[in-house]
Amino acid sequence: MRAPGAIKSALGAVMSSVGPYDRNGSTNGHKPYRYSAFDLLRHGFSQADWPRAWRRHDPKSSYDVVVVGGGVHGLATAYYLAKNHGITNVAVLDKGYIGSGGSGRNTAIIRSNYLTPEGIRFYDRSVKLYETLSADLNYNAMFAQRGHLTLAHNDSSLRTMRWRAEVNKLEGVDSEVIGPDEIKKLVPFMDTSEDVRYPILGALYHPPGGIIRHDAVVWGYARGADALGVHIHQNTEVTGIDVTGGKVSGVRTKRGDIATPVVVNCTAGWSTLISDMVGVKMPVSTFPLQAAVTEPVRPFLNPVIVSGTLHVYVSQTDRGELVFGASVDPFTSYSMRGSLEFTEGLAGHVLELMPSLAKMRLLRQWSGLCDMTPDFSPIMGVTPVAGFFVDVGWGTYGFKAGPVSGETMAALIATGKMPDLIAPFSLDRFASGSLMGEKGAAAVGH
Amino acid sequence: MILLPCPYCGPRNVSEFRYVGEVSERPDPNETGVEEWRTFLYTRNNPVGWTTETWFHSAGCRQHLIAERHTMTNEVRASRLPEAQLPEGQEERATGGNVAGDGGGAIY
Repeated sequence: MRAPGAIKSALGAVMSSVGPYDRNGSTNGHKPYRYSAFDLLRHGFSQADWPRAWRRHDPKSSYDVVVVGGGVHGLATAYYLAKNHGITNVAVLDKGYIGSGGSGRNTAIIRSNYLTPEGIRFYDRSVKLYETLSADLNYNAMFAQRGHLTLAHNDSSLRTMRWRAEVNKLEGVDSEVIGPDEIKKLVPFMDTSEDVRYPILGALYHPPGGIIRHDAVVWGYARGADALGVHIHQNTEVTGIDVTGGKVSGVRTKRGDIATPVVVNCTAGWSTLISDMVGVKMPVSTFPLQAAVTEPVRPFLNPVIVSGTLHVYVSQTDRGELVFGASVDPFTSYSMRGSLEFTEGLAGHVLELMPSLAKMRLLRQWSGLCDMTPDFSPIMGVTPVAGFFVDVGWGTYGFKAGPVSGETMAALIATGKMPDLIAPFSLDRFASGSLMGEKGAAAVGH
Repeated sequence: MILLPCPYCGPRNVSEFRYVGEVSERPDPNETGVEEWRTFLYTRNNPVGWTTETWFHSAGCRQHLIAERHTMTNEVRASRLPEAQLPEGQEERATGGNVAGDGGGAIY
């Protein structure tokens, strides 16, 4: 863990009791409040209430920018619009509570060891932003850079690992291929023997990778944006977007109409529905992805373990639970129900890697919606409708890209110029045939 | 678990099938332009609600079939053979989603 110490961790636990729900009183004055060790001590003695981390407002009749989707992408976009560009007349709308979609359902893995140079540059900027996020937001996001191992079980994946390692090094990202002996040192509980069904031939080791507390990232951005004057409207579903003369003129919501010249689609799972409202068709298919978590045990697993062949990734949280993710479900759906096939397959694959976990029990499983694109890369930037921006198609890699997406989308909206980092991800790449082909994306078959 | 009614085999576990994708109109490669072709290749309707899609019974009769499925509830209300496979003179060979007695058609 980099930035935070024990006190800040305790603070994170205190703040989590505030919860993500829309419970903020409107009396919370607009005075930015800084958390500190002294404050923690003071509240410990006095047992006084903490100020609300963000406030509730009635929607205004107009905003300069309306962001649809209150996850890490939407809130980060609003935060950087206010912080970097001084655009504070911004509303973030969410149909549920903030962080209730992909931002609260992912497995919280951060890494930048992708395959295409464009992808690596983009995600590396995100890792850099995550490294200083707790200090920037004055909110403990509990980023733990424990290292990230992508296992290779056959020659072809080992070859891809070497390819990825070389491209990563060219882009200045810490990444190398290691053998079974070094893997055994990093993860003593892993079965690295040769006489198993899927022997481990090597791994792509990425030391800056790690895990983070995903709820804290959402709440930290919400608090930061709120302090700069952004309005966060929860339980405010968008029902329509008004377009006048090819330009966005307003948003219709369940809590009234809002006039605005700029709408940013930062949704996941529902991104095609929002884009359909302005008639923008997108190459997106929505697949559920299931994940599961075990009962907590003592810390024994430091790095994040990923196996593409076995369709599984494992990490241990600070609380001791093992978090498992898998590949996307085999067919499109908006249903977020779990399936027995998933649990059976997952358990079998995890035990293949770590047989000693046979007695562990799963506490719960859940699923989130992944907007898959044909080239496993996002769709960011402008659309044929003036004033309608998209930051969608985040498949299985959206959470780790949250900060950099917010930063670049804010720059695009404020300056009107496409930042170099996201230029390769524009919607018109499909019409022009310049697809990305990101084979470093997780949880998808290639 | 979701059961898919196969026109040949009846209701079977969905894990026997391979999902192919939404049914879309394939433009004539000799007539179409590049943009229209790429729209056909990449763009999907991705609706919330009923959708018509192609499946392949890979662990069964190894035939393609067309199914109407609700993407929110995963309920399947009908499946049929693709038009190309219909015997001559026959309009459609449909299997209803809810086959009485064998629990067919639906859902989890």
